[in-house]
Amino acid sequence: MIYALVGNQNSGKTTLFNALTGSNQHVGNFPGVTVEQKYGIIKGTNYQVVDLPGIYSIRPYSNEEIITRDFILKNNPDAIINIVDAMNIERNLYLTLQLLELRKPTVVALNMMDEVRANNGSINIELLSDLLGVPVVPISAIKEEGISELIRVVEETAKKKRIPKIYDFCKPGPVHRCIHAISHIVEDHADEADVSARYATMQIILDDQNIMDLLKLDENKIEIIKSHVEEMENERGLDCEAAIADMRYKFIENVCNQAVSKPEKSKERTRSVNIDKILTHKYFAIPIFAIIITTIFWITFGPLGTFLADNFEIIIDSGIDIVNAFLTDYGINEIVKSLIVDGILAGVGSVLSFLPLILILFFFLSILEDTGYMARIAFVMDKLLRKIGLSGKSIVPFLIGFGCTVPAVMATRTLPSERDRKLTILLVPFMSCTAKIPIYAFFTDYFFVEHKALIMTGLYFGGIITAVIISTIFNKIAFKGNPIPFVMEMPNYRLPGIKSVILLMWDKAKDFIQRAFTIIVSATILVWFLQSFDLRFNVVEDASLSILGSLGKLMEPIFKPLGFGDYRFVTALVTGLIAKETVVSTLEVLIPTGITTLLTTASALSFLTFTLLYTPCFAAIAAIRREMGSAVKTIGIVIFQIAVAWVVAFTVYQIAGVFI
Amino acid sequence: MTLDQLEIGKPAIITKVNGNGVLRCRLLEMGLIPETVVEVVKTAPLKDPIEITLRSYVLTIRLEEAQLIEVQEVE
Repeated sequence: MIYALVGNQNSGKTTLFNALTGSNQHVGNFPGVTVEQKYGIIKGTNYQVVDLPGIYSIRPYSNEEIITRDFILKNNPDAIINIVDAMNIERNLYLTLQLLELRKPTVVALNMMDEVRANNGSINIELLSDLLGVPVVPISAIKEEGISELIRVVEETAKKKRIPKIYDFCKPGPVHRCIHAISHIVEDHADEADVSARYATMQIILDDQNIMDLLKLDENKIEIIKSHVEEMENERGLDCEAAIADMRYKFIENVCNQAVSKPEKSKERTRSVNIDKILTHKYFAIPIFAIIITTIFWITFGPLGTFLADNFEIIIDSGIDIVNAFLTDYGINEIVKSLIVDGILAGVGSVLSFLPLILILFFFLSILEDTGYMARIAFVMDKLLRKIGLSGKSIVPFLIGFGCTVPAVMATRTLPSERDRKLTILLVPFMSCTAKIPIYAFFTDYFFVEHKALIMTGLYFGGIITAVIISTIFNKIAFKGNPIPFVMEMPNYRLPGIKSVILLMWDKAKDFIQRAFTIIVSATILVWFLQSFDLRFNVVEDASLSILGSLGKLMEPIFKPLGFGDYRFVTALVTGLIAKETVVSTLEVLIPTGITTLLTTASALSFLTFTLLYTPCFAAIAAIRREMGSAVKTIGIVIFQIAVAWVVAFTVYQIAGVFI
Repeated sequence: MTLDQLEIGKPAIITKVNGNGVLRCRLLEMGLIPETVVEVVKTAPLKDPIEITLRSYVLTIRLEEAQLIEVQEVE
């Protein structure tokens, strides 16, 4: 059997999912759903539960809502587990009513009951269950209370295929008449299309074209439906959208008045207000945010991170050395040895070298998210980010991008809208990552000894400015559409659950290794192959004769306008895709005499600009591929970044040529 | 008066929700419907967005969106 877990954001959905499944979680594609979903096996059973995105409504405004709707309608789960935050029951029940209209076996998991009790509130569970017409199970996901009872009730509901008893949420009046009249018209069509007539009716009233097509309604019937809706709007004095929302909330208010004795202003809320007096303070908010991010950065990319990464690298390297020594002893063919050591193991090593970084960063990020501070960041930074057409939360991936593009791209997962997420993924690689510093240092040593700091700062700002310009342009063209409004719930501060923090770290690490492995290892082997053989597949000693060298020569004309049309620079850029530091080592090998004679100051500047802006590395491409969920779009992004790098480097070269 | 003009800490009742399309639906679904009581809690350091409470939860919206919501102060 398969269950769908549905609920609002901040309702404790992920905590419940973790409590239900433990570490038994997987990510996979389900038929009919475009995006991969997280699913797990419920402890002590063999039933699957799918963790659907946190949503407030199933009106399909956003991708998240479409995913949820499609999953429920197309994959027909045996039961829906609707998690409801008891501390915020009115707004949470809005989604519940929409789910009940779908007429699938449903159980309400009433979360945070411990908080309700602790604040002298109470909820009459039996009465609530009667009024909603579905089983209601009180739980506390974080304390893992009521979980086994929930599992039992859901199983029973699914096995007996218990459809919600109530779906009529309207009181007698114009809205009621309208719904019933239309329901009558669409009933047979809905049966034929195998969707709930009530759900279809509600969607049609709200002018959902998809469902009208699905039901194959003729012109005549659509006309009649429209006149019913118009009549209702006139009589009710509200347009259909407001009238339906009003009807649902009136029903909810009535339910709550009977079954819920509201908690007084909760301790959690009072505590949050007090913390926010400092953290979202008029003057302190931004400096505090800067300090927090700098600290995280310092730990990750500073002493602790470097210590872990270095030791980890020593382990990897000694592993490679052992294999190398073994193969040499064995007297294996040199080429096979080179393939294993320089190709496969180098690729594996570069995948693994990202691990400490990802683990540390996601440890902090999940704490920011779980405590509720991330919502405050969005609140504080929103105005700034909106200037370039993004919203507050995007600031976090951008800042991480200055450390490493890979976790930065992975961190876009928490962004509230698909549109923000895609635009952020596109722009994050322009933030200059730490791996590029050795290249900057190498070039400034040769060409800009006097102005090292100026060039470094210039490059960092160059990346930011490029991102700002591109974002502004894209906002006017490609991402115009419907930005999801910034209507965000502000959750109370909470202590992060150790379990969820560790699960998230584990999840991210596993995810990255699984996904990145194929791309990074195969790309590394490909580059190894191109470097080691010539066009007749003979092993080459001189790198200039290799396939890569020949390709580099072939690409020389492309880079000529940028001032570095020498195949050796082109080759370095290609090997730089394995890891940015490789650019320097390749140049040192290919040009033992030093680069000063081959470049002018202007072309050096142009090369640096290109390095700053072109696709960071295979690991970043793997992360982008993972988050975009599409190979075509990923290739598009890579081409786009290279094009941007070319255009900007060209401009820099021309301008610098005039002045220098 | 619209919600963006409401003084901090003064409760008001929503009288009308303007705007259209997705944005308006989202506001309505979050419970910002006529006859609901709202209160502005604070503004962000850069004056925008604002934090409001309604139906015993806390919501942040941009001034742009707050301008769409007509309110009347309650005594």
